[in-house]
Amino acid sequence: MTDADIRKAILEELTQIAPDIAPSDVGDGDHLQDDLELDSMDFLNLVSALHKRLGVDIPETDYPKIATLALAVAYLKTRIG
Amino acid sequence: MSIFTMPSLGADMEAGTLVEWMIKAGDTVHRGDVVAVVETQKGAIEIECFEEGIVETLDAEIGATLDVGAPLATLRTPAKGSASAARPAADPKKHAKREAETPAPPTEAPPPTSAPMGATPSEVTTGEIPAASPAARVRAAERGIDLGALVGTGPNRAIVLADVEAAEPAAVKAAPVSSSAKPGLDMAAMRTAIANAMARSKREIPHYYLTQTIDLQAASDWLTATNATRPPDARLLMGALFVKAVSIAAAQVPQMNGHYDADGFHPAKAVHAGVAVALRQGGLVAPALHDAETLPLDDLMTRMRDLVARVRSGRLRSSEMTDGTITISAMGDTGADAMAAVIYPPQVAIVGFGAPVARPWIVGDAIAPRMTVTVTLSADHRVSDGRRGAKFLAAINTALQTPETL
Repeated sequence: MTDADIRKAILEELTQIAPDIAPSDVGDGDHLQDDLELDSMDFLNLVSALHKRLGVDIPETDYPKIATLALAVAYLKTRIG
Repeated sequence: MSIFTMPSLGADMEAGTLVEWMIKAGDTVHRGDVVAVVETQKGAIEIECFEEGIVETLDAEIGATLDVGAPLATLRTPAKGSASAARPAADPKKHAKREAETPAPPTEAPPPTSAPMGATPSEVTTGEIPAASPAARVRAAERGIDLGALVGTGPNRAIVLADVEAAEPAAVKAAPVSSSAKPGLDMAAMRTAIANAMARSKREIPHYYLTQTIDLQAASDWLTATNATRPPDARLLMGALFVKAVSIAAAQVPQMNGHYDADGFHPAKAVHAGVAVALRQGGLVAPALHDAETLPLDDLMTRMRDLVARVRSGRLRSSEMTDGTITISAMGDTGADAMAAVIYPPQVAIVGFGAPVARPWIVGDAIAPRMTVTVTLSADHRVSDGRRGAKFLAAINTALQTPETL
């Protein structure tokens, strides 16, 4: 998968979980919880959705590594392999 | 014959807009069936029926904004139902699905006077002139069309929806009436609703507050270890532990769990935990998670996930809006240390959890860093006092020290 594919996947799942957020609202460096105000339930739902879609099981200890869109793209790229 | 009316979906609701009928004349309805969708200041709510019967007529039009207690539909009820027609219009609690599922002694049902304030039956909201159907008014208001400029084709020359639509520019005609139920919320209306409910709470309820900082290390360690072995779908959140711990404590201290109305306090038999969910646009809703004290933690977590998802998508049910017996509000992973919340009438207690944070803590004779959380109880002095409140907080603490038993 390319960076663009991963980015698209994240944004699609994110906007599904948080229908009030538009893809254009999400800056690469925005903190998903602090800036976009995903609560812990939304964040867990995003982790679940990415697990289903990409087959990557993100452990809790790695949550900081997907704290922003840019971080998440880089992290998932290495995990998808 | 029985009149099905616009229910009160909480202390802060005065009116709702009918956006969808799920039934039609001739349909048979049962208790708990979703019969309509109503747009409120807190989003779209699925309205559940509280009676058995056959739909005689639908008495409200899509797009109409109706006060709480205004007629929505007429039901032909079984013969024994003659008494039900005489029941007061707005008393959703009395007819809640839950009570129908678990037959309770008649004395359990709150008396008619228990209808929340502001839930008095009243007429459909209309202006003075000219005569127009509610749907026509709504549509005209949306489109900025002057009703006075239209000629009505309805009964007594009243302006009906079709007259308004005929006057609309072609470009906007395609939009369905239900487009008034926009996906986003009317934030000014939401703020007004919260202001009304909270002002009423502070006016009527003599709050008292108790705060306790709790050692959360055991719960935190258990949660980390448990989640490490689970796929994301099966993971738990600390918030679920908080809801369960409060629900267990509420079952032990009945003065925290129930409704207060004109006749005083009615303790609830079950704990229907209101889970406060903040909306990103501002405002919050606290739908009830039914029977939280008896739910295994995994089930409670699944239900919380579902509840939050439906808050986001705007499909909560009327019973979830009215059945809460106590509310839990948690700051989340980060944020303020403590939260002294305002009680949501007619409930008598709300528990605020600050963000969990590592603090220096005395363990035995030494100071050690421990995960902690500050829990604040806001409770109703008409029902309980500080001693009872302290016992309640102690019960929450006890429950959180053995997370594996939650």
